[in-house]
Amino acid sequence: MDAKASILLRYLFMNEVKYADMELLRFTTAGSVDDGKSTLIGRLLYDSKSILEDQYEAVRLSSERRGETEVNLALLTDGLKAEREQGITIDVAYRYFSTPKRKFIITDTPGHIQYTRNMVTGASTANVALILVDARQGVVEQTRRHSIIASLLQIPHMVVCVNKMDLVDYDEEVYENIRHDFENFASKLDVHDISFIPISALRGDNVVSRSANTNWYQGPTLMYYLENVHIASDHNFIDCRFPVQYVIRPNTDDYHDYRGYAGRVSGGIFRKGDRVMLLPSGFSSTIARIDTFDGEVEEAFPPMSATILLTNDIDISRGDMIVRENNIPPVTQDVEAMICWFNERPLQLNGKYTLRHTTQEMRCVVKDLRYKLDVNTLHRNLEDKEIKMNDIARIVLRTTKPIFADSYRKNRITGSLILIDEGTNETVGAGMII
Amino acid sequence: MNYHLNHLKELESESIFVIREVASQFENPVILFSGGKDSILLTYLAQKAFYPARIPCPLLHIDTGHNFSETLEFRDRLVDQLGVKLIVGSVQEAIDQGRATEEKGYNASRNILQTQVLLDSLEKGKYDAAMGGGRRDEEKARAKERFFSHRDEFGQWDPKNQRPELWNLFNSRKHIGEHFRVFPISNWTELDVWQYLLMEKVELPSLYFSHQRDCFVRDNVIYADSEFIRKRPEEKVERMQVRFRTIGDMTCTGAVASEADTLEEVVKEITVSRVTERGTRADDKRSETAMEDRKKQGYF
Repeated sequence: MDAKASILLRYLFMNEVKYADMELLRFTTAGSVDDGKSTLIGRLLYDSKSILEDQYEAVRLSSERRGETEVNLALLTDGLKAEREQGITIDVAYRYFSTPKRKFIITDTPGHIQYTRNMVTGASTANVALILVDARQGVVEQTRRHSIIASLLQIPHMVVCVNKMDLVDYDEEVYENIRHDFENFASKLDVHDISFIPISALRGDNVVSRSANTNWYQGPTLMYYLENVHIASDHNFIDCRFPVQYVIRPNTDDYHDYRGYAGRVSGGIFRKGDRVMLLPSGFSSTIARIDTFDGEVEEAFPPMSATILLTNDIDISRGDMIVRENNIPPVTQDVEAMICWFNERPLQLNGKYTLRHTTQEMRCVVKDLRYKLDVNTLHRNLEDKEIKMNDIARIVLRTTKPIFADSYRKNRITGSLILIDEGTNETVGAGMII
Repeated sequence: MNYHLNHLKELESESIFVIREVASQFENPVILFSGGKDSILLTYLAQKAFYPARIPCPLLHIDTGHNFSETLEFRDRLVDQLGVKLIVGSVQEAIDQGRATEEKGYNASRNILQTQVLLDSLEKGKYDAAMGGGRRDEEKARAKERFFSHRDEFGQWDPKNQRPELWNLFNSRKHIGEHFRVFPISNWTELDVWQYLLMEKVELPSLYFSHQRDCFVRDNVIYADSEFIRKRPEEKVERMQVRFRTIGDMTCTGAVASEADTLEEVVKEITVSRVTERGTRADDKRSETAMEDRKKQGYF
């Protein structure tokens, strides 16, 4: 049994409290094509002992077949046939590893310009954005683009890994210059928590173990950072939002009058006995109880799935929202949003789309296009009205029925929406309500 | 009070959310049930999602005819307990009717044949969504899978043209004849599944626990001796102490030598294991892209 396994076992069976405290952290990786992203992920998986023998053996054989002298850890993240053939990543891939402290979900997104939509996808649920910079190249256009997207998508934490330090002789000045450049640029972003780490994914410096080559660096290793960054406050615990997802009516003898509103808490803390308001009707009620399969609970908070029962009989269905009387989201049919466009067919001004927001679905029309955002410079382009694939723009939508539109800054769940093409059924845009 | 869910509770909550989305967004969903731990977990989570009501959709089992009898007994008991409908798609029937052709040789398996029977069963029942227990950590092609995975009218998966999936907003729109595969436990790892089954004390088929069985070894994999596998002359049957880490049909599921006879012992064993669970699956060993190829055709 190796050291990690014995630690895991200790947590699992002898230290119940610690085990119950294990948190889930989602992070997304971004970088341009050759900056070593796959190698870094391979390194994290390998050094955290998440790679098992048969997986390692498969990669060793692959490396050998390609005529490489060392085992290429980047191959651990290869997925589809075309990706292996072309040596690139096409689609979002999900990777998993854990340490005794946390379980990690990596959304591994391709770095090519044409796949910005994948990065947006990965960023939408991430707690941490891991931005890779090649120490030899410094902050480049793609670094800026990825950071702007991370900021737009309101990823709460950002860690900039200055990679390939081995190729610049672990020079502190190179690292400090990149850090300085990035900080200058980041002052324009809406990001509140940025960290920097000098690493070599290939050699393993400061990834899991502290490097002797960077004695000038006093900060944490990447793994220590990921294990300890404070994510408990990443949910909104203030503004109570419960989109009704499904109405549970057993219609059995035991539960004859049971009518429960099932859903996942999107914000705030709901308690038994709370006075609540129902949207869109505006009726008031009181929480009679909060149910789960494991029994009644006193409180429900994000991201719990639960079933709320009310004291009085009110007609509620999927798409309605339970909120607190004194804290209501704007109820409106006119929505301003930043939209990321995903489709080859450009956004149509005055075009009609199906819109999904929380558990609601409706139609909408694009009423206005305010500006197109240059994702390299943050410049607002008021002239160019052609919103193509991978473009980001500020638009105005008119919906067929009211939506409960929190701003995305306030709540990433109740502030987000997607647009669907009614002809092809494809998801063509992702919107963040302003 | 500390407002945070541990990783298993958060995964549970996510899966319940996805299962409820399926029940809300589709007219006629079905749960794919194989009798393996992942589909048992999925069914257990579905039970949680609709409690105290019954699971509002049937279970669909694609029966290769080469199943362990323990699997079938467990399946029937579970269906009975939950009060849900069971639909069985039979590979044997498809072979008898000439819709499928049996492979020949020592490594013959009905694994590939399941795909056609699955697609036929979905079409026959007019199911518009099939929930399965696939997990992204299982295999490299699965790592690219969405929660809501669109299939065309031929049941095919187009991995290069998947719909972007953001936040918790799932797009279930489709044209007539198309359907969706949905994977509510996408984000669970093998260890998560076992830890959770242990935490919740979920009942499992006896195959998962150490027992005595007649086995033989082929290509370093231990197989249960059965009438369904043709043995080579040099392959000798031995009585062994084994258990199974995954359960598929008898022709492609390998056993591991193990003394673990309780859920707790099993979790301990998996925690220290240095080989993935699919390392014992013959169906994945056929080529580097075996899973990707099968998935494109409409496999689970």
